[in-house]
Amino acid sequence: MTDAPRTLGDLALEVRSKNAGPFWMTLEAFMPDEQAYRIADALITTELISELYHVPPASLQIYRIPDLHVIKVSFPRPVVQGSLHDRDMHAGQHHVPLASTVVPSGFFGCRN
Amino acid sequence: MPHRSGPPDSVGILVPSGMLGAGFSPETIIRGISLGADVIAVDGGSTDSGPYYLGADVAKTAEGAVRRDLRLLLAAASRARIPLVVGSCGTSGTDSGVNWVAEIVNTICVEDRFDLKVAKIFSEQHAGQLIAQLERGRIHALPPSEPLDAATLRRCAHIVAMMGHEPIEQALRAGADVVLAGRATDTAVSAAFPLMRGMPPGPTWHAAKIIECGGQCTTHPGSGGVFARIDQAGFTVEPLDPDAACTPASVAAHMLYETVNPYTMREPGGTIEVAGARYTAIDERTVRVEGSRFEPAGQYTVKLEGAAVTGYETVSFAGIRDPQILRSIDVWAEFFDKTLTERVASVLELTADSWGADLRLYGYNAILGDLEQAPATPNEVGVMLLVSAENQQTATAISKLANPLLLHLPLPTMNYLPSFAFATSPAHIDRGPAYEFVLNHVVDVDSPTRMFRLEMEMKGPSHD
Repeated sequence: MTDAPRTLGDLALEVRSKNAGPFWMTLEAFMPDEQAYRIADALITTELISELYHVPPASLQIYRIPDLHVIKVSFPRPVVQGSLHDRDMHAGQHHVPLASTVVPSGFFGCRN
Repeated sequence: MPHRSGPPDSVGILVPSGMLGAGFSPETIIRGISLGADVIAVDGGSTDSGPYYLGADVAKTAEGAVRRDLRLLLAAASRARIPLVVGSCGTSGTDSGVNWVAEIVNTICVEDRFDLKVAKIFSEQHAGQLIAQLERGRIHALPPSEPLDAATLRRCAHIVAMMGHEPIEQALRAGADVVLAGRATDTAVSAAFPLMRGMPPGPTWHAAKIIECGGQCTTHPGSGGVFARIDQAGFTVEPLDPDAACTPASVAAHMLYETVNPYTMREPGGTIEVAGARYTAIDERTVRVEGSRFEPAGQYTVKLEGAAVTGYETVSFAGIRDPQILRSIDVWAEFFDKTLTERVASVLELTADSWGADLRLYGYNAILGDLEQAPATPNEVGVMLLVSAENQQTATAISKLANPLLLHLPLPTMNYLPSFAFATSPAHIDRGPAYEFVLNHVVDVDSPTRMFRLEMEMKGPSHD
């Protein structure tokens, strides 16, 4: 028996992260359908991203794209690419905090 | 051949892969040519792999891989009598990067007997000339960066300016068969030829953005090339790999890839606006896009990229498997930092602000650091110590001081010295200079071509 989906990553087709040029990072959650998109849409807020990534809320840009079932979040890279403390040159592993976010059980009750 | 007056009905662009040197199958090119390609365009660079390539003026791609790709592309372009445009030559688009690709092209032209007119467009900039622009108030910061100062420009090991389509178009109008551009926007490489042929800017720029990474806009991102056909009302795009498909979702989603904002993208001469674009499936593998716009900007701006040396680095690596240490790995790491700081101060008499170290616990929390939420006790940890100092000698000396700590440092509560697992002898490797991107600024210019230098020469067996 498989467990019910618990995290955003469980629900998504893909959650990914990447540099958007050397000074920005961007995250995307690709959801499979309208219902999953609505859950992601409700879950991904300025407050959540600010807390997960330790970035100021005012620095965030969130794009909600219902046609593609995608939520995209961009913010300035907290650590400059290639600097002594940059441990993820392409920002390719920074999706994990978002993907690991547990979806509160109440969210699954959302009705279309 | 019928005489053409006015723009053609459409222009076909063949993009063989997302990066020159990444490889593609010969069938990709055959298929693209058979679809009626009017130009072959391929990107030769990126900032994505970090500041080293610009700072050190070294290409990321292997010469053999670039040679192999160019040999196929030159043969196809020469046979079909269509131009080949390569952007951001040598990864970062420095002058030596352009010359490096040009040398490979020259050799192939002689060996394979192609007589071609080769244009080189140089985009490297002198700090002195930019300082003059800065003093005239013509250089502005892009978010999130601070206003520029002259000292930052002087610190740069190399500075390149990103050309728009105009310098490439200038070379094509002058009869170039092959255009080897220094740093160029990813889109300008594909947009130059269709714009020259009178295709509308909205669809042209949007198509150029969609195809810049080759197969990335398809259902098989790892597949080879793509083909786009631009006309007066829009464009169509399809993969060159018969097993891959472009779907409205795969094409639209490419606007998300490595972009901050998926609806607008600034080019030197204006902004691509795709919020109103409509993506329609023509068949199972071809997508039609209409409704893209290009808004010309009031001021033409050229973006700068610059990399400066931040210090000289040495990297050391050791493994820890002892469960007792691993249960308290945070305590160990803190003790390590404290002990190393004290030893550097007392033995080398270096002030704390003259050097830096980054202790990374791979297998525990190295990648995400503070963003990691309550990592579990690991089974083993790879300890990487990255040291940065003003010169290599100092970075090496600090790493040698750190060596016995990486080998033997106990937990503060232990009354014996453990020994850890060095992976190599010596445990450290000097990395040489390390770089950082320090420019995120644009220059206001009156002419789109003035910052770039064009050289044209015939190459091949008749001109060797």
